[in-house]
Amino acid sequence: MNWRGVWAIFQYEMARFFRTLGQSLISPVISTVLYFVVFGAAIGSRIQNVDGVSYGAFIVPGLVMLSLLTQSVSNASFGIYFPRFTGTIYEYLSAPISTMEMVLGFVGAAAAKSLLIGLIILVTSAFFVPLHIAHPLWMVVFLLLTALTFSLFGFLIGLWADGFEKLQIIPLLVITPLTFLGGSFYPISILPPFWHAVSLFNPVVYLVSGFRWSFNEVSDVSVWVSLAMTLVFMSVCLGAVAWIFRTGYRLKN
Amino acid sequence: MQQPAIAVRGVSKTYATGLTALKAVNLDIEPGEIFALLGPNGAGKTTLINIICGIVMKSGGTVLVNGHDNITDYRAARSLIGLVPQELHLSIFETVWNTISFSRTLFGKPRNDAYLEKVLRQLSLWDKRDSKIMALSGGMKRRVLIAKALANEPRILFLDEPTAGVDVELRQDMWQVVRELRDTGVTIILTTHYIEEAEDLADRVGVISKGELILVEEKKVLMKKMGQKQLMLELSTPLTKLPKKLADLGLELRRDGHELLYKYDMRSPKHSIAEVLAAVTAAKLRFGDLHTEQSSLEDIFMGLVQR
Repeated sequence: MNWRGVWAIFQYEMARFFRTLGQSLISPVISTVLYFVVFGAAIGSRIQNVDGVSYGAFIVPGLVMLSLLTQSVSNASFGIYFPRFTGTIYEYLSAPISTMEMVLGFVGAAAAKSLLIGLIILVTSAFFVPLHIAHPLWMVVFLLLTALTFSLFGFLIGLWADGFEKLQIIPLLVITPLTFLGGSFYPISILPPFWHAVSLFNPVVYLVSGFRWSFNEVSDVSVWVSLAMTLVFMSVCLGAVAWIFRTGYRLKN
Repeated sequence: MQQPAIAVRGVSKTYATGLTALKAVNLDIEPGEIFALLGPNGAGKTTLINIICGIVMKSGGTVLVNGHDNITDYRAARSLIGLVPQELHLSIFETVWNTISFSRTLFGKPRNDAYLEKVLRQLSLWDKRDSKIMALSGGMKRRVLIAKALANEPRILFLDEPTAGVDVELRQDMWQVVRELRDTGVTIILTTHYIEEAEDLADRVGVISKGELILVEEKKVLMKKMGQKQLMLELSTPLTKLPKKLADLGLELRRDGHELLYKYDMRSPKHSIAEVLAAVTAAKLRFGDLHTEQSSLEDIFMGLVQR
């Protein structure tokens, strides 16, 4: 195991984040504040409590998830796409480092960055709504699993993309809709039966539901189903990454 | 016999586009030698290097690096290799120091600032260690690439056209570094367009054309071939038969008796030019013009690749 190599990649990726620390932190804080002003204070005040929780507090897990997903995907996809774009990928490919070590470095750094942002959003939201976390340990488990899974997914996008447009298109066309339709801002139980059934095919539903349960013990689906679905999605991404490195798809000619 | 530093066995490569870049190449690189790989653009030089280094997947054959298979035992194989790519692939936002430290750590080597300092000084980059790469000139960037390759203390160094677009001074500096490395026992494989470079530096030369290695020769043997020179004398009146005295000196009659030809080794001719000319004059032959021709490595090279 080339731990030094993993560390080199991790550190290098994190350095980029800290170089632009201001930008990295200010934008998620501002967008969270906006969500709370619009959904929490303006609209939320006219919405009755959801499952015994005030609407403002209800959307906190969804907001954290929204940022976690988009940040994980964009961090990881950019992280691996950039060396492919500049050609510096040659060094990773010619180094005595395994596929999984490379993934660990890139995905680990992307997940760490989005976790930091997720925590900052959580702290920001505490200024707007009374924050109650029923199961802190589960919350951390869901945060970690989600950050890792979607960083893996982002890594795949970064490998697949052959231009900056493609790098943007999946987050825009897939992640954002899935998150908004995944119960970030409403419990899926209020949907008509047909859309409720459709929602169950959305992996984000399980992430948000499990995460929300760790806050206020209210969930759309059982916490074990949430956990299992998250692990399934993670394995699918891992399998795809392993396949890519074995065949050299988009990495080696 | 000593184990080769690199053993390429029947390596072939066909790209997904259907382009065959390499056809069953066999090549042994001896430990400690400087091997120059020559060939026109698109001959397969970079493909071969990239296959050995693990950047391109081969379609067939095996590559052994110091006896380690470069696929099944890639860690051992790759940790011996340093690669200087042809293009200036660098993270331009990084400082020189950070980028070479990164290279060393990526290869799993423990931190060694003294060694990195030595590498940077050797390449005249020490003053630039805190500069961002984007602020460096093209030649300096080229040096950074070499420093990155040396950062992991490779035993085998690949230089893929390191002097393309580099000024004369830097080129000479670079070759000085290459010689110093060779003196420490590092095996060096370089590709180049400049045949003088191969002549100057290499112990052996390989010529690759259309995906085939068409010649691998000791440079000295090649130089001997290159040392062949020809003297041509255009006769004012054509001869039907060459006088015996001239034939004994090794002269030949050509172009229906219009021309006398004398082939000789530039370094140690059997007969001096003066001797030959004196014999021609003594034979009462008059010549209107004379010229000489030298076959260079370039001629040999062009002759080979144009076949």
